[in-house]
Amino acid sequence: MTTASPAEAPPAAGAPREPENYFNRDFSLKSWLTTHDHKRIALLYMVAILVFFFIGGVAATIIRLELVTPAGDLVSDDTYDKLFTAHGVIMVWMFLIPSIPSVLGNFLMPMMIGARDLAFPRLNLASWYVFVAGGIFTLLALVLGGVDTGWTFYTPFSTMFSNTNVILVLLGVFIVGFSSIMTGLNFIVTVHTMRAPGLTWFRLPLFVWANYATSIILVLATPVLAMTLVLVGLERLLQVGIFDPALGGDPLLFQHLFWFYSHPAVYIMVLPSMGVVSEIIPCFARKRVFGYRFMTYAILGIAVVGFLVWGHHMFVSGQSVYAGLVFSLLSFLVAIPSAIKVFNWTATLYKGSITFSAPMLYALGFVGLFTIGGLTGLFLASLALDVHLTDTYFVVAHFHYIMVGGAVMAYMGGIHFWWPKITGRMYPEIWGRVAAVLIFVGFNLTFFPQFLLGYEGMPRRYHTYPPQFQTLNILSSAGASILALGYLLPLCYLGWSLFRGERAGPNPWHATGLEWQTPSPPPKDNFEETPVVTEGPYGYTPEIAIGIVR
Amino acid sequence: MSGHTHGLLVQASSAAARFDALMLTLTLITGAMALVLAALIFFFSIRYRKGSKADRSNPPSGAKGLEAAWTLAPLVIFIAIFAWAAVDYMRLYDPPAGAMPVFVVAKQWMWKVEYPNGRREIDELHVPLGKPVKLVMTSQDVIHSFFVPAFRVKQDVVPGRYTSLWFKATRAGTYHLFCAEYCGTGHSAMRGRVIVMPADAFAHWLQQGNTGSGIAAQGFALFRKYGCSGCHSAGSTVHAPDLTGLLGRTVHLQDGRTLVADEGYIRDSIMLPRKDVVAGYAPIMPSYQGQISEEDVLALIEYIRQTGADHDDRQPR
Repeated sequence: MTTASPAEAPPAAGAPREPENYFNRDFSLKSWLTTHDHKRIALLYMVAILVFFFIGGVAATIIRLELVTPAGDLVSDDTYDKLFTAHGVIMVWMFLIPSIPSVLGNFLMPMMIGARDLAFPRLNLASWYVFVAGGIFTLLALVLGGVDTGWTFYTPFSTMFSNTNVILVLLGVFIVGFSSIMTGLNFIVTVHTMRAPGLTWFRLPLFVWANYATSIILVLATPVLAMTLVLVGLERLLQVGIFDPALGGDPLLFQHLFWFYSHPAVYIMVLPSMGVVSEIIPCFARKRVFGYRFMTYAILGIAVVGFLVWGHHMFVSGQSVYAGLVFSLLSFLVAIPSAIKVFNWTATLYKGSITFSAPMLYALGFVGLFTIGGLTGLFLASLALDVHLTDTYFVVAHFHYIMVGGAVMAYMGGIHFWWPKITGRMYPEIWGRVAAVLIFVGFNLTFFPQFLLGYEGMPRRYHTYPPQFQTLNILSSAGASILALGYLLPLCYLGWSLFRGERAGPNPWHATGLEWQTPSPPPKDNFEETPVVTEGPYGYTPEIAIGIVR
Repeated sequence: MSGHTHGLLVQASSAAARFDALMLTLTLITGAMALVLAALIFFFSIRYRKGSKADRSNPPSGAKGLEAAWTLAPLVIFIAIFAWAAVDYMRLYDPPAGAMPVFVVAKQWMWKVEYPNGRREIDELHVPLGKPVKLVMTSQDVIHSFFVPAFRVKQDVVPGRYTSLWFKATRAGTYHLFCAEYCGTGHSAMRGRVIVMPADAFAHWLQQGNTGSGIAAQGFALFRKYGCSGCHSAGSTVHAPDLTGLLGRTVHLQDGRTLVADEGYIRDSIMLPRKDVVAGYAPIMPSYQGQISEEDVLALIEYIRQTGADHDDRQPR
């Protein structure tokens, strides 16, 4: 990609004064809390989800500690139920769903398409306030009192039997959903109307495609979740018979509605991750992404078919056997575009000139873990296998490979890759690599044993378990401690780099995206002149690799 | 009690061997895919590391033939796996005609089991070796799930409807029974044991300690108590369908549908009589929802099943 405004040379490291940019132009709290700048809103999101991530992580830590022994000797059964509910609710709705779109997407989408901001800057700020309000509301309900339904809110347990603050948490998640819808809407309109001259659809970076597809899912699926949560609330408050058979309702109806949102929600988490990885791999392989068009079709295929597979969560629910057949077949089909993407990333490495900086380690880690997550998904899509494996730790391991091994690895990779753009500083490379390796090793140690536990039959959401499962649980908990270390480490060195990191300059990776053709950190309006695009993305050649030694 | 030998999950039912065969096949296929991919990534990473002397002329940025190949090859493999798993799944939902019915009522946080002869037990299920057993299950409160890892079977147990599960135990022993669907405070304590006994020992066990009159006999009493006999008995003046030998019979409905009467159909007819109205009959039956316990419904069903057996006995073929 070329641009009409070549960036200024970076000031020498340690230069006393930075030019004015979006970050240093005004440090007052008011200027941050009333900003319309997509880059500042991205940072507001980053801080908010970071807090939620560590709160959700504390819950996970206590869960893993409890499971070291078969008996329930650390927390009570009710507390344990509240902990896994809090972990799920916080990680899904307060961290994973907003993570890449609302932080990296917010920061990068306008810059990648050569725009000054999103289409609706005020709506963008409003989405953050709605998110924080809903998030704090949910958090208070989860911490003061707690909820014991699990993040899935299955009826009639959630409507008629649980004695906890279900309504408050439903309301919190309901509110947070609106911030998703606002962000999705904003991205869709922005991509349609604000692309730079010459930036046709098939010149868009895959990160933009991925977030665009994600936005469509957000806008279409989130309202279904909102309606479902309202129905649960109505039945709980007013005993309107919708889900509880004692009132004339149908409990399976809830599962259909819930998974109609929550399965696409998995793609809300993983599509943007695929977008991040599709930016990182070509850059560090110094090569055009392999099969760009197929990559875009795969993104759209996942987004569309992802809406038609929800029933694979219900193979043993009492759903019709024939419905099970259809949902199983469609679940196998949705695996095809994911497989295509993995093959294309691999082929991108062929004849490249590869360096292994921290973002690349995260991206390759993503490919490995996502592949394991995807392949074990085939086991669960297989009807007869799902009968035994569903609701066991096999499922827990599978979706953590996708959501943590996939989405969180990609988020971390993206944070490292664009850290110089966001902050104007380099992170310390050696520590970046150490953390990436720690997270990869810790993750596998934590979750691989859970596949075995699941095959052996250990059900999920068990506070106590038969002693034969202890060895694998100890392994898993030991891995979790390494994983926790891996997540804490970046907090330290990224924080350090904010003040002491080497100045990055506009384009430390010699990357081709428009976001790199402007100073780091970028000025308030991103570009001094609107860039003009004359070719497709990822115009990398091996020769430029000489320039980056890190 | 473990259900495990040498750390491996035992195969204790006819479904378990089929499950493990598919599980192993899929593990090998996906393992091979993962290994090939990992090998390629490592190979490329080393060969094409920055500064290596590898040939980089004419780097490809796409290849339609290759894309088609790696789209179609997984498609074929996936559809084959789908079909295999689907066939096994259909078997799990197709109990043999002679399977012994056992009733399971789940509640927070226990399993109540009742045999046709009236013998009951809690959190334990005794079954004969080598004979198919069909569980007819419902829940009194929230959703539970009946899971026996050694049998590789699981079925959610849902309030307001019957779900069923069948298996043929192939190995004597004691195995875990887990509740697999989260059901509240005592979820992980909602565990029990499945005890597989040789057929004659089971027959002996079934008769022990059983002073009840058998579920069907209780059902006959309930058939009168709830007033069913007022309309459904042969001599009644009310125009109501004859229930003799109903289970397994094809029923034609008012709206043109037909169905084969099973336990769920009878339960629905008692609780929601307007759901499936029999062709030629007026929808005059009142609903018993909220007025009859799950155990009583089960007893009525067993009584109706018994009428079928009596009917068959009278008409030797």
